[in-house]
Amino acid sequence: MSKNYYDPADLRKFGKITEWSEELGNKFFDYYGKVFEEGALTAREKSLIALAVAHTEQCPYCIDAYTKDGLQRGVTKEEMMEAIHVGAAIKSGATLVHGVQMMNKVNKLDG
Amino acid sequence: MATKSLKKRESELANSNRQLEILSNGIFQNGELPTFASKIAETDQFPLKAKKLEILQINVGYMCNQVCEHCHVDAGPDRKEIMTRETMQQCLEVIKKTGAHTLDLTGGAPEMNPDFRWFVEEAAKAGIKDFIVRSNLTIIRANKKYYDLPEFFKKHNVHVVSSMPHWTRGKTDKQRGDGVFDKSIKALQELNAIGYGMPDSDLRLDLVYNPSGAFLPGDQVSMEKDFKKALMEDFGIQFHNLFAITNLPISRFLDYLIASENYEDYMYQLVDAYNPAAVANVMCTNTLSVSWDGYLYDCDFNQMLELPVNSKAKHISEYNEELLEGRKIVISQHCYGCTAGAGSSCQGTVA
Ligand code: SF4
Ligand code: SF4
Repeated sequence: MSKNYYDPADLRKFGKITEWSEELGNKFFDYYGKVFEEGALTAREKSLIALAVAHTEQCPYCIDAYTKDGLQRGVTKEEMMEAIHVGAAIKSGATLVHGVQMMNKVNKLDG
Repeated sequence: MATKSLKKRESELANSNRQLEILSNGIFQNGELPTFASKIAETDQFPLKAKKLEILQINVGYMCNQVCEHCHVDAGPDRKEIMTRETMQQCLEVIKKTGAHTLDLTGGAPEMNPDFRWFVEEAAKAGIKDFIVRSNLTIIRANKKYYDLPEFFKKHNVHVVSSMPHWTRGKTDKQRGDGVFDKSIKALQELNAIGYGMPDSDLRLDLVYNPSGAFLPGDQVSMEKDFKKALMEDFGIQFHNLFAITNLPISRFLDYLIASENYEDYMYQLVDAYNPAAVANVMCTNTLSVSWDGYLYDCDFNQMLELPVNSKAKHISEYNEELLEGRKIVISQHCYGCTAGAGSSCQGTVA
């Protein structure tokens, strides 16, 4: 057993999850593959969305995977950083917008 | 960025035996990753054999005006290996009688060979269907004596194939050197101005894209769309096709992989992306590569690794198409670069 929670080498083993639950695993990978195909959004746009979400989810595997995916698609580092800022803005916005709930509560209890 | 070749720097990686050792040791020796031979054997594709010759690729010398970070030739201004007129003469004899439909001149910067123009003029007379010159674009702007190259290419109906790692200045210059992007843009505009790369033009202008780092190229069709859109919007430039080429782990790219501690990960990427369908069409199956001194190789990569053809005909002077057909291709782990994803060759994807 590794002494770390995350090991970069584990990403390559992702496909093995099907071994312990073949049907669900395969359904997941079929779905996953389909999601990232060219559609109403380009595969490049989807890759940037994935990169932003990888950061908000703080998944190191996804960050590695979609950084590389972006480079392969010719995405520039400026584009990648802007995508992450979108994720960060939503994250912080989502935190701050709850401030309204706090304000509502204060106003109700102590208004 | 280095301004000298590995050879000039006396790097141990200038030695092809050392490169082959690295490609056979470590993760391939301890069984962590399968060797290329065992991988292709899984689908009964071992040994790999040459089919009918379609492309004759001639490397007229390793001298180049650039010293790109990832050059598999280890080319540069300090390389003195240049094809002589005598060897060219021997090549011409072959060009006249070959059944190949494509003649592909490469280097270094082929234009720097002092007999380049003479060779092109003579070779053009043979009337081979597709006559390619791999031009690095900046050479056209490097010196006054090269300014008329676009006209020269046009006169001989040469198909120009040029490298362009990205549509942005930053990524291009990082890989190919400061100022390369601007000069390349200017050269492309000049080629466009005389008809090269225009939508209905017979003057073919294709671009080669290879990744600027330790990752594989993306989908060729999408990359072509992105390149076309960006070059048109930003500079009004047009071209025909984009060839997406994988960097093979040899020479300066191997040096870069090792120095940046990406070697093992990169080999894993190549092996993970292995596509058995690409094996049938790897370029050595229909190409022959001739070195500056006239020796024959299965491909330009094997030439750089000094792995000669496995045939009685070893030199252009002993050239014999029947004898060379069916020869067993000499392989090593660098071959994984040709079979990753959609495959890779000097003409782009193969699967
Ligand atoms: S232009 Fe081509 S031959 Fe010259 S150094 Fe760059 S990659 Fe090598
Ligand atoms: S590196 Fe050369 S010999 Fe190996 S598969 Fe590619 S073209 Fe063939």
